Amino acid sequence: MKPLGQQVLKVRSKNAGPFWVTIDIFCGSPEAYAAILSRLNTADVARLYGTPEQLVKRFDIADLWVVKFSIPRPVVQGAAADRDMHGAQWAHLLDEMVL
Amino acid sequence: MPTRVLVPSGVLGLGFDRAALARGVAMRPDIIAIDGGSTDSGPFSLGAGQSKYSRAATKSEWRDLMLARAQAGVPLVIGTAGTCGADATVDWMFDITVEIATELGQTLRVARLYSSQTADTVTTALAQGRVTPLTPAPEIWPDSLAQMTNIVALAGAEQMQAAIQTGAEIIIAGRTTDTATIAALPLLRGDHPGAAWHGAKIAECGALCSTNPTSGVIVVDFDETGFTVEAMHETALCTPHSVSAHMLYENTDPFILYEPGGHLDVTHARYTALDARRVRVEGSEWVPGRYTVKLEGARVAGYQTTILAILRGAHYAAHAREWVAKLTTFLTDTISRRMDMAPDSYSIDFRLIGVDGALGALENRQGQPVEVGVLGIVTAPTQAIAAEIGKLINPFVLHYPLTEDEELPTFAFPYSPATTDRGALYEFALNHVMEVSDPMQAFRLTVTEVGA
Repeated sequence: MKPLGQQVLKVRSKNAGPFWVTIDIFCGSPEAYAAILSRLNTADVARLYGTPEQLVKRFDIADLWVVKFSIPRPVVQGAAADRDMHGAQWAHLLDEMVL
Repeated sequence: MPTRVLVPSGVLGLGFDRAALARGVAMRPDIIAIDGGSTDSGPFSLGAGQSKYSRAATKSEWRDLMLARAQAGVPLVIGTAGTCGADATVDWMFDITVEIATELGQTLRVARLYSSQTADTVTTALAQGRVTPLTPAPEIWPDSLAQMTNIVALAGAEQMQAAIQTGAEIIIAGRTTDTATIAALPLLRGDHPGAAWHGAKIAECGALCSTNPTSGVIVVDFDETGFTVEAMHETALCTPHSVSAHMLYENTDPFILYEPGGHLDVTHARYTALDARRVRVEGSEWVPGRYTVKLEGARVAGYQTTILAILRGAHYAAHAREWVAKLTTFLTDTISRRMDMAPDSYSIDFRLIGVDGALGALENRQGQPVEVGVLGIVTAPTQAIAAEIGKLINPFVLHYPLTEDEELPTFAFPYSPATTDRGALYEFALNHVMEVSDPMQAFRLTVTEVGA
């Protein structure tokens, strides 16, 4: 059990338009990709971001050893309650998630 | 017919490598295409109808590209001019172009493609059932559309092709999709449609699809079966991994990309290294669909005044959340009594920098910060009210005590006055598509001779 970020190459997040944030986990090797696939479940990611699971889009991309999540922003980019205009801090939560 | 597109960088204003640009020009491209904007920095640009980049940076880079155009003897195209692609920023870009043309002694045919929509146009389309919400979309109705300061439609390949076919040497387009400026000419010349859109998506952020993302310049060769991409900077390599990984970037779905008139599907795309620098891509599919254009709009959601205090005392830093909760209750009551304002007619949001400033309720870590920054954001119906609330709360943000029996504390204000009027707060208010019977229905094209 250790933070996800220590098991993969990198985790990044960014807006995908004003209404979505997308998070990419670059596993870096087929072994790391297989390990992440077996341990990371979508429900835990949804809980981490306070989003209903059915709204979370997940893509397991074997060719790139990437797991990608897209999540509708609970606060639209730039609205009064937004805290992170570019959505790049979301990655840290997943990076630090222990699994 | 094979088509070579030179993309100097991901966006005008962020810089590109001059030597790499020269190398790209020497490869004799058929067109030079660059993006001028995005929604990425937030709603201000669209709301206010202003470029986020400085005029100086824009002019300096555009001058280099105008010289490159003259040397290459091919059209130069900018999409989403002035960050948001509203009519005002298209004209801003046109003014810069005229200025440079005069300075360089260039005589030019300049086409402007306008993308702004009136509220009436969209209201009519809404009434006719031609406006469809995407997920998630803000609710819209005629009054909400009328309140938007700017509405733009995203042009696709057809509108760019109409601009190219005017024979203009420079095309300044309002809001376009990120890909349309690059895909337009290959599509016009009969290259593979899946490859045209896919190659455009790969190249739209310039060298971001290579191993040296900040070097900017990319050349894409389109033909009847696929496309080949190469970065122009000596140290920038395009690899199957760097190229295919770019489909992840700022996309909710890494395989599907919607454009006016259909969508791109790259599920079966094959990425092959031709050598250490170049990647060949085949197998991408274009799937025709309804002809819709995406709409973007922004409206004023209030006016803001901010205040920043720093809590350095260990006790206050440790109890910042509790302090802010007490302070907020006190201020709500004070504003209600002194300004006769109901709590739902304005908002005060205190962000604790050093505690959970970036993530708010999602934050799951705790630490012992040396100090905590308290950023107060007041949002009110007018700037005058927001400023007045700022002045009213100022002494309490400076001195409010955690307990009643202690000596009045004084926190750190980093500047005087402690409050800053931020002006209008804009918010994105549309995430919809509008069906049009003719691609040019929602766009306008004008051609002007400039210079000399």
